[in-house]
Amino acid sequence: MNHSHSMTHGGNARPHVLPDGLFVGIWVGLLLLTAATVSASVFFPGKIGILVAVLVTPAKAALILMYFMHLKYEKPAFVAMFLVAVGILAIFMGLTFFDYLHR
Amino acid sequence: MAAPSSVAAFGTTGSYLDTFPGRRGLWGWLTTVDHKKIGLMYAAAMFTFFLVGMALGFLIRLELLQPGTQFIGPKTYNSVFTLHGVIMIFLFIVPGIPAILGNFILPLQLGAEDVAFPRLNLLSWYVYMVGAVMALASLFISGGPIDTGWTFYAPYAVNTQTNVSWAVLAAFVLGFSSILTGMNFITTIHRLRAPGMGFFGMPLFCWGLYATSWIQIIATPVVGITLVLLFLERTLGIGFFDPSRGGDPILYQHLFWIYSHPVVYVMILPAMGIISEILPTFARRTIFGYKAIAMSSMAIAVVGYLVWGHHMFTVGMSDTARWIFSILTFFVAVPTGVKVFNWMATLYRGSIEVRVPLLYALGWVFLFSIGGLTGLANGALATDIHIHDTAYIVGHFHYTMFGGAVIGMFAGLHFWFPKIYGRMYDEKRATWAWGLIMVGFNTLYFPMLILGIMGMPRRYQDYLPQFSFWHMVSTIGSWILVAGILLMFFNLLRAIRHGKIAGDNPWGATTLEWKTSSPPPLLNFAQAPVVTTGPYDFTEILAKGHDPEAKSL
Amino acid sequence: MSADHAHALEAGRGNDLPVHRDDEGSKTGMWLFLFTELLLFGGLFLIYAVYRSMDGAAFHHAAEELNRTLGVTNTVVLLTSSLTMVLSVSALQRGNRSRSLAMLTATFLLSCCFLVIKYFEWSAKYHHGIFPGTEHIHALPAGEGLFFSLYFMMTGLHGIHVVIGMIAMAIVFAKVRSGSINQDRHGALEYVGLYWHLVDLIWVFLLPLFYLTN
Repeated sequence: MNHSHSMTHGGNARPHVLPDGLFVGIWVGLLLLTAATVSASVFFPGKIGILVAVLVTPAKAALILMYFMHLKYEKPAFVAMFLVAVGILAIFMGLTFFDYLHR
Repeated sequence: MAAPSSVAAFGTTGSYLDTFPGRRGLWGWLTTVDHKKIGLMYAAAMFTFFLVGMALGFLIRLELLQPGTQFIGPKTYNSVFTLHGVIMIFLFIVPGIPAILGNFILPLQLGAEDVAFPRLNLLSWYVYMVGAVMALASLFISGGPIDTGWTFYAPYAVNTQTNVSWAVLAAFVLGFSSILTGMNFITTIHRLRAPGMGFFGMPLFCWGLYATSWIQIIATPVVGITLVLLFLERTLGIGFFDPSRGGDPILYQHLFWIYSHPVVYVMILPAMGIISEILPTFARRTIFGYKAIAMSSMAIAVVGYLVWGHHMFTVGMSDTARWIFSILTFFVAVPTGVKVFNWMATLYRGSIEVRVPLLYALGWVFLFSIGGLTGLANGALATDIHIHDTAYIVGHFHYTMFGGAVIGMFAGLHFWFPKIYGRMYDEKRATWAWGLIMVGFNTLYFPMLILGIMGMPRRYQDYLPQFSFWHMVSTIGSWILVAGILLMFFNLLRAIRHGKIAGDNPWGATTLEWKTSSPPPLLNFAQAPVVTTGPYDFTEILAKGHDPEAKSL
Repeated sequence: MSADHAHALEAGRGNDLPVHRDDEGSKTGMWLFLFTELLLFGGLFLIYAVYRSMDGAAFHHAAEELNRTLGVTNTVVLLTSSLTMVLSVSALQRGNRSRSLAMLTATFLLSCCFLVIKYFEWSAKYHHGIFPGTEHIHALPAGEGLFFSLYFMMTGLHGIHVVIGMIAMAIVFAKVRSGSINQDRHGALEYVGLYWHLVDLIWVFLLPLFYLTN
């Protein structure tokens, strides 16, 4: 009985393993993006530096999420759940600023 | 029990309540990973706290019987209502339905052997108990009982000498337990549905728990970090909520309500799920608008994240934020309305059998409708200025949380009791208890609505003579209500041992938990269930006629 | 039946008995846990955003006190530790246990390195009287005091996560070595990896918020 009742849902198959070269490439990309943010803030302090940070930081986060954390290769449900979590955090921020930006 | 011939048979016959060799007595309970036993362990702890909270509420009402001090001084009064709130909210209502009935029923309704992470489930219970002990310990260690109200508002909570530090850490730990339960339930729902049961084949109680779990996961960490910061504000003076250091106490309120408004739906969504189980069962009719009810649970969970500001209309938030939060608040009424209309349509032309769970469910719809409608008056900016922080608010949220969450839990208890223990309570006595609870409830809380509109502030130990009539009525109501609740508990406790054997499906219900024996075996089902029909398909029950004594095995 | 059997039956009903094993389910649970971590830090990010919007100039001024070189160095350290972590997981998935253990060791050493740098950074601040609750910090303009409080809270909470991650690494290291985590059962290592990448991910956001603000 136990066997008929057990994991027929699957999900225990061996995953496809990404090549190490890809990870090293992502790592190099992350370092380059970090260099870009840092040099922007050093050489163009103020608006441009901030703008570069605002654009590049999410890109770095996306690389980590998609490749290191494998999210690109997971089922769409994982991506959807992640977006829900981040989206709700964004809502928290946005609605709070309806207060602080209009005081 | 008869000695089973093999290990497998051991888990699939008999009752989960039987003593297993080597796991006897209290030790057997404290180390169990069976979701059913864990549910009962939660029940034992939580109903104890509920009775303590009820006793405190009873004392509050007794003090308010007449103007002036009866037997509780103003300072003690602050502590008493704070404790009443903290115990009822953090120890009982928030974790209540998911931890007790969710734990017991969810895997059964899905046709699973257990939740996805059984040991994590036991860990949540221990974490809960640690939090509960910390909360109670805060009463007796230095500083004395907290007097901030259950909301721990800065800056008072930062400055008061009472033991807020322990209480907020306790709430943090309790939140952790809540998160673990939420993770467990979501994973269980995603992974352990019986073959043939899609998401839209789940019973609606599961949908309620699913929406609830998402709120627990997403919202609880925010209050967790906020309470830790409040603790550090008290110990280190980090300044986030301290105006003298540039901090903003209103930011504390934002962060607090970012969690604590959604958590209102943690309390109410599972109760709505219970009602959605009971009504079709006793109307012998499939639920009207299944998908609409399921989706409205999710919609409430989402919209619930958008409305926290309506707790803060009078504290100095910007006007823009005020009207935006006000409009968003009214949107919550839409999915709630969808549910209520669908429930009424379910009853319409059903062949209704009036039994105790249905009485509780109908009482629930009545009380929650009052709770919901009185809430709209708080959501409107102009009226809220008049009734903010008055007894009206106290009346309103007792109609929603007590009338909604707790009465919903009582309904669920009466509905699933024969499944949990395999015995039936005395239905006549249960009906009497229900009557007392309904009468007492309205006598207790409706006067609060009136008092609030008259101008009676909340959290005051004394009041002007013109309020004394309604206060007296309210206090009398509390006596009736307490009598009803005690009768209810007496009736249920007595039935655990002395109730007559209930049969596997005493109500003629259709979801999977009724297709196993009562009480269920350790591994829930003798045969792994395969689902071929929707959750509320009564064709078979109606065709065969329902025999409450029938055994499913 | 023997008592042992019943014991095993009940105690073993976790997700780790072969018949109950569900990697996909465990991974779901892990991601849900990561969401709670995200929201935990989210509360602090919200506070940061509010106070920076209220007094941006003070934030810029206060940020000059922070050592950018150390911040960037630590970023490189942490990004590299994420690389070695992911290489450890993929090595085990290919069945190369010794390489997996080597990479895990490298990750552990890099996280030690991160903490050592962090220690010097914090103690330098502490010697200048910049620490929550000191006279010096209370004498600063309000906005700057809030900046430093946020700095200590956010890097402190992050540091706690680094320590927890290192403990988790030590545990999975022992299990990989003993073989209870192996090519066919590599879930636990993978989840520690996910956790570690999240720690890295949060640091990626902390870098511009604190070290690149001036």
